[in-house]
Amino acid sequence: MKKVKYRTQISKILGISIVGLLLLSTPLTAQEETAEVATTEVATEGASAGGDHVKGKSLFNQNCAACHALNRKMTGPALANVETRLSEDEGLDRDWLYRWIKNSPGMIKSGDAYAVKIYNEYNQQAMTAFPTLTNADIDDILAYTAYVEPPPPPQPPGDVATSASGSGISNELILGALVLVFGLLAMMLFLVNKTLRRIAEANGVAVEKEKAEKRTPLWKAFAQNQFLVLVSVIFLLLGSAYFAYGWMMQVGVDQGYAPVQPIHYSHRIHAGVNKIECKYCHSSARVSKHSGIPSLNVCMNCHKTIYEYTGNGEAPTQEDLANGYTNEFYTGEIKKLYDAVGWDETTQSYTGETKAVEWVRIHNLPDFAYFNHSQHVSVAGVECQTCHGPVEEMEIMYQYLPLTMGWCINCHRETNVQVEGNEYYAKIHEELSKKYGVDQLTAAQMGGLECGKCHY
Amino acid sequence: MASNKKYWKNEAELNPNDSIVETLRQNEFTEAIPVDDFLGDKETLSSSTTNRRDFLKYVGFSTAAASLAACEGPVIKSIPYVVQPERIVPGVANYYATTIANGFDFASVLIKTREGRPIKVENNTDAAVGGSANARVQASVLSLYDSTRLQGPLFNGEQAEWSAVDNAVKKSLSGGDKVVLLTQTYASPSTHKLIAEFTASYPNVSHVTYDAVSEEMALNAFEARYGERAMADYDFEQAEVIVSFGADFLGDWQGGGYDGGYAKGRVPKKGKMSRHIQFESNMSLTGANADKRIPLSPSQQKVALAKLYGKLNNSSVGGALGDYEQVIDGIAAEIKKAGNKAVVVTGLDDENAQQVVLAINEMLRSKAFDAKAPRYTRNGSAKAVNQLVADMKAGRVAALIMDGVNPAYSLPNAADFKEGLEKVGLSVAFSTNVTETTELAHYAAASSHYLESWGDAEIKKGHYSLMQPTIKELFDTRQFQGELLKWMGSDQSYYDYIKATWSESILGDSEWNKALHDGVFSAAKPVMLNVTDEAGATVAMEVEEDAIDAPSIIPIASAVRNLANASSDGMELTLYSKIGMGDGQQASNPWLQEFPDPITRVSWDNYVTVSKADAERLELVNENVANGGLDGSYAKLTVNGIPIDKVPVIIQPGQAVGTVGLSLGYGKKAGMKAEMQTGVNAFPLYQNFSNIQSVTVEKAGGNHEFACVQLHKTLMGRGDIIKETTLEIFNTKDAADWNHVPVVSLDHAEVPATSVDLWDSFDRSIGHHFNLSIDLNACTGCGACVIACHAENNVPVVGKQEVRRSRDMHWLRIDRYYSSEDTFEGDNIKKDEFDGLSGDKGSLGGFAELEDPAVNPQVAFQPVMCQHCNHAPCETVCPVAATSHSRQGQNHMAYNRCVGTRYCANNCPYKVRRFNWFLYNNNDEFDYHMNNDLGKMVVNPDVTVRSRGVIEKCSMCIQMTQKTILDAKREGRVVKDGEFQTACSAACSSGAMVFGDINDKDSKVAELKESDRMYHLLEHVGTQPNVFYHVKVRNTNEA
Repeated sequence: MKKVKYRTQISKILGISIVGLLLLSTPLTAQEETAEVATTEVATEGASAGGDHVKGKSLFNQNCAACHALNRKMTGPALANVETRLSEDEGLDRDWLYRWIKNSPGMIKSGDAYAVKIYNEYNQQAMTAFPTLTNADIDDILAYTAYVEPPPPPQPPGDVATSASGSGISNELILGALVLVFGLLAMMLFLVNKTLRRIAEANGVAVEKEKAEKRTPLWKAFAQNQFLVLVSVIFLLLGSAYFAYGWMMQVGVDQGYAPVQPIHYSHRIHAGVNKIECKYCHSSARVSKHSGIPSLNVCMNCHKTIYEYTGNGEAPTQEDLANGYTNEFYTGEIKKLYDAVGWDETTQSYTGETKAVEWVRIHNLPDFAYFNHSQHVSVAGVECQTCHGPVEEMEIMYQYLPLTMGWCINCHRETNVQVEGNEYYAKIHEELSKKYGVDQLTAAQMGGLECGKCHY
Repeated sequence: MASNKKYWKNEAELNPNDSIVETLRQNEFTEAIPVDDFLGDKETLSSSTTNRRDFLKYVGFSTAAASLAACEGPVIKSIPYVVQPERIVPGVANYYATTIANGFDFASVLIKTREGRPIKVENNTDAAVGGSANARVQASVLSLYDSTRLQGPLFNGEQAEWSAVDNAVKKSLSGGDKVVLLTQTYASPSTHKLIAEFTASYPNVSHVTYDAVSEEMALNAFEARYGERAMADYDFEQAEVIVSFGADFLGDWQGGGYDGGYAKGRVPKKGKMSRHIQFESNMSLTGANADKRIPLSPSQQKVALAKLYGKLNNSSVGGALGDYEQVIDGIAAEIKKAGNKAVVVTGLDDENAQQVVLAINEMLRSKAFDAKAPRYTRNGSAKAVNQLVADMKAGRVAALIMDGVNPAYSLPNAADFKEGLEKVGLSVAFSTNVTETTELAHYAAASSHYLESWGDAEIKKGHYSLMQPTIKELFDTRQFQGELLKWMGSDQSYYDYIKATWSESILGDSEWNKALHDGVFSAAKPVMLNVTDEAGATVAMEVEEDAIDAPSIIPIASAVRNLANASSDGMELTLYSKIGMGDGQQASNPWLQEFPDPITRVSWDNYVTVSKADAERLELVNENVANGGLDGSYAKLTVNGIPIDKVPVIIQPGQAVGTVGLSLGYGKKAGMKAEMQTGVNAFPLYQNFSNIQSVTVEKAGGNHEFACVQLHKTLMGRGDIIKETTLEIFNTKDAADWNHVPVVSLDHAEVPATSVDLWDSFDRSIGHHFNLSIDLNACTGCGACVIACHAENNVPVVGKQEVRRSRDMHWLRIDRYYSSEDTFEGDNIKKDEFDGLSGDKGSLGGFAELEDPAVNPQVAFQPVMCQHCNHAPCETVCPVAATSHSRQGQNHMAYNRCVGTRYCANNCPYKVRRFNWFLYNNNDEFDYHMNNDLGKMVVNPDVTVRSRGVIEKCSMCIQMTQKTILDAKREGRVVKDGEFQTACSAACSSGAMVFGDINDKDSKVAELKESDRMYHLLEHVGTQPNVFYHVKVRNTNEA
């Protein structure tokens, strides 16, 4: 525990000084954000007569996006400009589409030539029928599939440059200016001093020179005082022992351990931005001693359809850019997943060639310590964050807390056992709380400090 | 008084002047640390290239390097499944019901798997028949991970392809010349059907079944009488009087598995328990459990059996039996009195004897005897095997395909077989391991372990069980049955074949999935039939009381006559199979090698057992040497001119004079690690597949070093370890008389020892309080718990040399004590005499003078593990508080805290603490299973693998109790009685061990704790253990 302090202290000092620097620099450098370009939406009315592409987009996302994308084959075909394509290539009109969308299995059964062809082309997986969609809804969706995003008006190139690199340059300028200012100040002081001396000399005021040879220097006086030396030596030794102890106690404790993983998996995006519940992926934490690293098929539950990352929008933040966390970067990581699990995007099928992902284990309890996730997660109802920290904010996972025995024990001493509604605890809690004269038993009082509960 | 009966572990103890006994009594760890070996020798020290300065440099460097290395943690990879199987949750065990049917052991078991690895064998409590796993079955999971397994087919020792095997076999099958399938006993309906179909489609194929340890005579007798080649089944629970002539039915007699029923009848209920009389020559487990054990040579047993038959028929039978005539009279009277509640069994390899026994049981209409639903666990035919060997030698066999057998090792005429094998055009041997046979055969076909295979078994008529794989084949192995299907040109898998067979002819309306889930299936029909039949028999019995069926005498009159005329010249040898080794199939299993024999307590060996009288005559000796190890002479055994030289000798109390015993299954060499090549092969003496042989014994030169745990860990001469009484006293006297609570002096007054305490008591009435109950009446000493404990708790195997140095690591041992008395009446008289002796005279010597123990001692078994004392002496002496007590009654051991002072081991009155002298895992010096990746797969992930320098001991399976508690918590319910188990209590099929929470007043263990028979080990020490025993009651009242 102690050693944690040391480590964090150093980093805190560093952190504080950096924050200080930034605070100093920001007010000076904070330039006006480039005025947002007000793009006037130019609705290009395509072939779609009528139909609201905005409404269509939301309908598309609700109903179609699980299997279709605009420009990409997924479970079903790509749908951009589907109507035009159909009428040009197959001579099928909108009515055919209405019928198809509302009852595709029926059409396949009835033997419609193109319906059967599509059905066979996509692994004989019939499209879900949407009888609830009205013709107007379908019009909206088609409008969306035919909608072409108007090209953004060209931005003045200089503007982009300043917004991209402005803060960096100004920081350097400010630092340079500061150096200059300090330099000037120092020179001025020196000059003033020199001038004053000259004036004094001119006025005959003798500047008393210290008689160094007569006075014992401070260090000598100190060295001659044996008592003082002894005391300071003792203090020095005690102090260094204190720090040495602190340093040594952190040996083997990997707080803050954040190894580079084979796939850059962002808990921030999954648990933070998208608010995926921890135990959706780490499901075995409910029933097992292991929380379990999700197997890749769990990833594919979502990533079958989420094939690219668009979370950073059009403009990634400076910080993300600095780290390289661009949309392309994240999309590349998803491709790594596909590679490992053997998912062929073009055919939308598994190749069967899999590669295991060798994650680097972050939380390493020693073998002689038994820890059971389900006891804490399911029985005690402890939040994952209690031990793992704000995972939803972590871009890459790291060990947040020391996970030492002392840390475990402290928690067991302070935490009340969650007994409500658990019949197992009914009798023992009643009797024990009476014995100890408390309303709420801690885990320690329940026997949670006994050696054999964790070491066997 | 019964409680003062003296026990001894070795004859040496009877000698009061034996310095070794005294030394061992004083020293728990007999061997000093061998400092002198490297410091005492001046010459080596001075000639060493490492001088003092260098040494210090190395020390300094390694210390610095170690501390530097410690700063940087290793990078540990964590690799999840790519596609996680639906039923596997990492960290949660799955159980599958399956069946072992390896030709020797047949049992329905549950397999515990973790992350897809089978790690433990458990009893299948749903099974009405064969649901108990003996020590070998418990250990069989380790054989799956044997690094010496055949990992793929071999052709003349070179790696080959399965297609080559298939092509070669198909070619010979279509050739039209004689092809023979030589296989183990399967007792499998599907395999029998498959082989029948196979031989039908290839008329040139014939099938021979071969049992390494044969029950030929029992099978012949049963077949002659009932027309079916099977063995009668016995339910010893139904028997009030059990008379056995050389039948080791608690061991491997007729396939074994009888201990559960036997033990149930042995626990006194309402003042009644069964009475068991055993005639035998070797001291067997069964004889050790008998109320009355009569050591007789096999030929005398035959006469005795004939006489008994005569007495029961009120006819006279010839033959001389001397003093035992009256004994037989008494037994006959007892049997007559018990009527249909008596049963007679025999293990004599003699068709006459088997016939007579069947006749007696039928005559008695014994309820314990079941000929209608017999057992199928042995089906070999010695005649057919002998014929096959003759055919092979004559060159009449074109191809020989073997499965599950190792005739080149286990045939008495193995040399003939080997000679014949050379003349066979194609030989294929299916085997999991390299064996003597696979080395000689053209193709060694690597077969799958039973945990990787599909299969089924019919252990007893109408009782079916299924075998399912619990892991994918580890190697390129195949199943014999699957290959048969392939050779027949079928593309059906054996799984489909079994399923089809079952739905056609076994399951009826029941569901396949349920049968597979349960692992067992009992056909409703035959069971129903049995019930009505038995009821009818009982009624009939009442009518004709002890009237004897006259007609049944006639066909067996000649059998009786032959028996009565049995005689023998010279010594008689009885071959037997050891609990720990069986027929030797699992000889490369280190758990079994290190398993101490329940009787002799010797591990890593087989030996010839001789009586004390014969040993003196032949000048054979056993002696304990200074380090506590047992040494013995060698003997040379010759049967029919076939000699076995250098057989180690054990002087066995209770061995009938003029007889010797030797166990089969040892002495295997082929494909085994050097450490595992133990013992001598007794199969060459197994002439004509008979376990009784006439033998000449001579002393051979040399001295054998045994790894015997017998004189180790003496209980320091403190008495009251096993309390014992007779049924009569138990029924008539007050509990204080036969379950005497020791008294101590407090303020100059005698008070019960249990009332005095040095410590304040801790209130344990809240929460769980675990207790383990061990009923000495039900415990047969079978040792299944020892192996179960081994498997559950990752107990290391230390090897023969280390066991010899008393460094065995078993957390649970079964102490075997020989009593000094024959009857309790005599015991009481002698006890009175000892009262007259002054204490300083030493009663040990007195016992030795008063009786002749080597003739026939009584035996008692006592499982001893950590007693989890509430006031534990070990806890108070630990300088680092590594061992501490829990509220739940368990004595904890924190290995990471232990610094290895061994104070606790010295202070433990029960001597149950074990010290890790070495790092046993990942250490090539201990080449057993924990040093290779394969063997490590058996390790239980919930239990720490201990390192060097720490003490370990029984934890009362805290990982299991904690899991039970957690499951209950998660489901928000209270723990039900019976849910709490330890590895030993779960493995105990005799019901001797019961584990549970005594704070649950309705639990079975709480009830047992209130029993009159309850006592604690070394009660006077005041340790207040959480393990308690039940006084052993013997039904010794003479009729």
